[in-house]
Parts: sequence; C-alpha cells; structure tokens
Amino acid sequence: MENLKIELKEKIIENLNLEDLSIDDIQDDDTLFGDGLGLDSIDALELIVILDKDYGIKISDPKKGKTIFESINSMAQFIMDNRN
Amino acid sequence: MDKKLYIHNYCKIKNNSVNLNGEIIYSDKETEMTVFLKNVYHFLGLKYAKFFKMDSLSKIAFLTSEILVNNAKITIKETNTAVVLSNNASSLDTDRKHQKSISDPDNYFPSPSVFVYTLPNIGIGEISIRHGLKSENVFFVFSQYNETVHYTYENSLIQSGKATTVLSGWTNVDDQSVDVFMYLISEKGSIPHSAKELIKLYKN
Repeated sequence: MENLKIELKEKIIENLNLEDLSIDDIQDDDTLFGDGLGLDSIDALELIVILDKDYGIKISDPKKGKTIFESINSMAQFIMDNRN
Repeated sequence: MDKKLYIHNYCKIKNNSVNLNGEIIYSDKETEMTVFLKNVYHFLGLKYAKFFKMDSLSKIAFLTSEILVNNAKITIKETNTAVVLSNNASSLDTDRKHQKSISDPDNYFPSPSVFVYTLPNIGIGEISIRHGLKSENVFFVFSQYNETVHYTYENSLIQSGKATTVLSGWTNVDDQSVDVFMYLISEKGSIPHSAKELIKLYKN
C-alpha cells in the first residue's frame, strides 16, 4: 500500500505536470482538489486516464469520482479494492 | 482624426535567445525546446504553476507576454487590451502529440491535458487568464508573418475604440523550432506603428 501511494504521487506529478512539487510535498491525506493541491477539471480527467491506463480500472459511475479522487489515501484504497 | 500609434515595446524569441527592444536579455545553448522554455521561466523569476501544464505554443506566448507587460510603461487593463496572434504551424506541435496517443487502437489513451491545447488560440486564453482580460482577440494562421494584416487589424482595433492597447505578433512553434515576435501597440512609444516598421523589427 505504501509503495502504491508513492507510485501514485510520482504519476500525478509527472502526468499532471506539477513541476513545482516533489512526492514529499504531497501528504497521503491532502485534498487533491480545491484548497489542497488545487487540481482542476482537466486534471480529474487525467486521473481517470491513469486509473484506466496503468491499473486497468474504468470508473463506470462518474459520481464516485469525487470520493475516489479525494486524496492519495482514497485513490490507493480504490485501486487496491478494484484492480485484478 | 486618427490616433497616432506606436510600437510601445517588442520581444523576439528565436535561436535560444530572448531579445527585448533590440537587446538580448537571455540566451542559452539548450537543445531541448521545453527545457529552454523552462529556463526562460526561471530566468524571469515567475511563480505561476499553471505554466507547466501549458503546451509549448502557449508557454512561448505566455512568456513573451510576461516580458512585454512587465517591461511596459502602460497599464494592461481587463477590457482595454486586445490580443492578436498569428503563426504558420497552428497547434501542429501539440496535434502530433495527440495523434501519437490515439494512433494505436490497442493502446488508445488520449491525454485530456494534451487535447485541450490542440487549438492555436488557447495561448490567447492563457494570456487572458493571467491578466484577467475580457477583450477582443483573434488568432490567424498565415504562411508567414503578415505585417500588413497585423498592422491593419491592430490599427483598426484602437481607432474603432475596441481597445486602447494591442498585444500582438507572431508565435510559431514547430518541433524544436521557435520563432516569436510579439509587441504592444499603444498611443505611447517611440517607434511609429506601421507595416514597414513591423516587418523591419521582425526581420532585423
């Protein structure tokens, strides 16, 4: 689980071009959107692509996105629960 | 009677050099365009995280506009500054990246953050967001910098009262090649606004 969280942070920094940040700047329970990392709607779409491309998980219900992408913790848990 | 207009200041970026009003303010020997653009960003001391999310065309337009606005003796206001840009390659540099991501049906993962930049005028949007502009704007695709159209359009915007300042110019990015010539047009300045002066500054 801890390795997955680090991997997610690295992927988010790389794929979302957060060049000012390192993995140490992102806490596991930081809010990814809004006042946390300040991600936007395009970033949300990139997160969906990361789940699909790198973990083979498709989000069938967009309404769940808000919960899944709340933090690194919630993303990692969702991946653990859903990947084959 | 028509207002007398001037090229308030101008900035050119080409061959890894940044030239402001005829003087080189930054240059390096970096071979990767993306790294060069990042170097210019750091040289300017900017703090704008969204810069790193932009494609190269938007980055170059953004950086050049920052240099011009920060070195201007006029105020850029929300509704008075029109933006007129043009280039030859449109958004081809980013279009290729998008095409690459959708060319393999078995590995079909288009990137939303790449796709949103597959239009050349997105750079105008980035500049407008940065300065809160709610003004006239247009992006032309020409075979080469067209000083006559630029002059006519810039002049018309100000003479008709649509704007008091025009941020304008040529922003071409293709593969590793960058050719930028941007300027501010206003009633303040020393270089008369004319097609002849524009092409002279571009080619000089």
